[in-house]
Amino acid sequence: MIRLDGIAKNFGSHAALNGIDLEIGDGEFVALLGPSGSGKTTLLRIIAGLAFPDFGTVRFNGEDVTDLKVADRKVGFVFQHYALFRHMTVAENVGFGLSVRGRRERPSKSQIRARSLELLELMQLGGLGGRYPAQLSGGQRQRVALARALAVEPQLLLLDEPFGALDAKVRKDLRRWLRRLHEQMGLTTIFVTHDQEEALELADRVVVMDHGVIEQIGTPEQVYMEPATSFVADFVGETNHLPGGLHVRPHEIEIVSSGGRPLLVETVFRKGGVWRVEGTLNTGETVEIDVDAALSPPASGDSILIEPRRIRTFTSNGARP
Amino acid sequence: MSARTQAPGAVQISLIVLALGFIALFLVLPLVAVFAGGLSKGLAVYAVALVEPDALAAIRLTLLVAAIAVPLNVAFGIVAAWAITKFDFPGKSLLVTFIDLPFSVSPVVAGLIYVLLFGAQGWLGPWLAEHDIRIIFAVPGIILATIFVTFPFVARELIPLMNEQGRDDEEAALSLGASGLQAFIRVTLPNIRWVLLYGVLLCNARAMGEFGAVSVVSGHLRGLTNTMPLHVEILYNEYNFVAAFAVASLLALLALVTLVLKSIVEWRFGYQSGRAGH
Repeated sequence: MIRLDGIAKNFGSHAALNGIDLEIGDGEFVALLGPSGSGKTTLLRIIAGLAFPDFGTVRFNGEDVTDLKVADRKVGFVFQHYALFRHMTVAENVGFGLSVRGRRERPSKSQIRARSLELLELMQLGGLGGRYPAQLSGGQRQRVALARALAVEPQLLLLDEPFGALDAKVRKDLRRWLRRLHEQMGLTTIFVTHDQEEALELADRVVVMDHGVIEQIGTPEQVYMEPATSFVADFVGETNHLPGGLHVRPHEIEIVSSGGRPLLVETVFRKGGVWRVEGTLNTGETVEIDVDAALSPPASGDSILIEPRRIRTFTSNGARP
Repeated sequence: MSARTQAPGAVQISLIVLALGFIALFLVLPLVAVFAGGLSKGLAVYAVALVEPDALAAIRLTLLVAAIAVPLNVAFGIVAAWAITKFDFPGKSLLVTFIDLPFSVSPVVAGLIYVLLFGAQGWLGPWLAEHDIRIIFAVPGIILATIFVTFPFVARELIPLMNEQGRDDEEAALSLGASGLQAFIRVTLPNIRWVLLYGVLLCNARAMGEFGAVSVVSGHLRGLTNTMPLHVEILYNEYNFVAAFAVASLLALLALVTLVLKSIVEWRFGYQSGRAGH
């Protein structure tokens, strides 16, 4: 179990993290989600021991590891740009963690090699052990980086924007594959992302961050359906702002035949399985609505009446009333 | 549509001829002249000029100076580049400025600094005299002046590369359980090896060829404190042109060898980094 208490970190006069409290259970799959500058990567690096907090404590299984260096924390860290050693083969990369151990704990060369090849097999990279990182595709490099991190049998796996540098198709495959790997191995995993879709799809729990503080911790369902602050409502999923501080998701607005607010339709287009209707209220706000693809959508220039099915309100400081 | 794909026109041809002519006039011709001058009285005279005791002493001293100055500056250059690119600390930009100092100071001034510090009339002169330590007009002074002049070569080559490579590789090594030393030897050093070798070659060429700073501190004692460049000057001033050119040709040969090695290194480095996907 990982426990963070009152973590704060400043870079010069800029507060990167401000009073972070967080508990992560064994075997959990947690996403740190936030825009750039939210402090999510700094938090991940502090958990890893690659950065150190100015205040607060980091505990692994009750033991205070705040001042422990990364080498002594038994964590696997996967870097955004993989950081594979370019002068080593794939197999040597994977075996690196075992080969730098002290003489007494170090497996023999042939054992290290066997273990590396075994891991590469698990990562569906069998047969690529003799290649150099530059000879691999982005998705393959990512999996080599993962194999290398897992080779030292870490108690915790940390991934910094693991899919950030990959194209959409590879990203999706790799996402699904990582989810399966987590289910197989049950290793506690924390990953950083700015992509809400990624966080909602992969994680058991999502930690939404902004400006160095945690805005909300919850399951993907909770974060999406019951955002704790207006920031979360805006950042996770799409949100319309209606007059009076009301937040409504596009799929939570209905077109009605009487009552409701008048909306002047501007554009209509197909968005995946639904029609996306965009228009303006008579009070000037732009509103987006999702209409079931089976229905015929209004045309541009139509005036329609809309009624939110579910609304959320936030006070002026962004919290829920 | 791009000019590059067209056959060279009159302008391109004349520019190429101009460039080649310039190189021939200012680089190739003097080089040929040096070797021609050295060999003008035949191979025997050339050989004698190189093996006479004063010339041998100068060659030996030059090698000694390079053998001490180059490793020291390689060690310093790696440590400085490592500190500057992998860590944040107060005074970092000041250190970068200091590394560049020998490039911006005239070598003669560099030599004079040592005379002012260690010379008989210098700040530390009386104390050194009392303890019978000779630095100026002796080998230690020549080594110090050479170290000063060749100080930036290795660090200057390494810093841009190590900046570009960032800290991820080292952090990855540390996260896998490597010690700082293991990360340095097994990850950092292989990442910089070709550029490091390039820096060493440049540093060595300058260490062997330095004239100004060494001239000020040497005292020109024949067979004792003359390096090869100083020996060349003395021979030349004595109108012993053949011998002067013979020794000079040896220095020129060093430059040529350095150039060839540098090309090989650049070729290897280009190949390596191409393979690494940069």
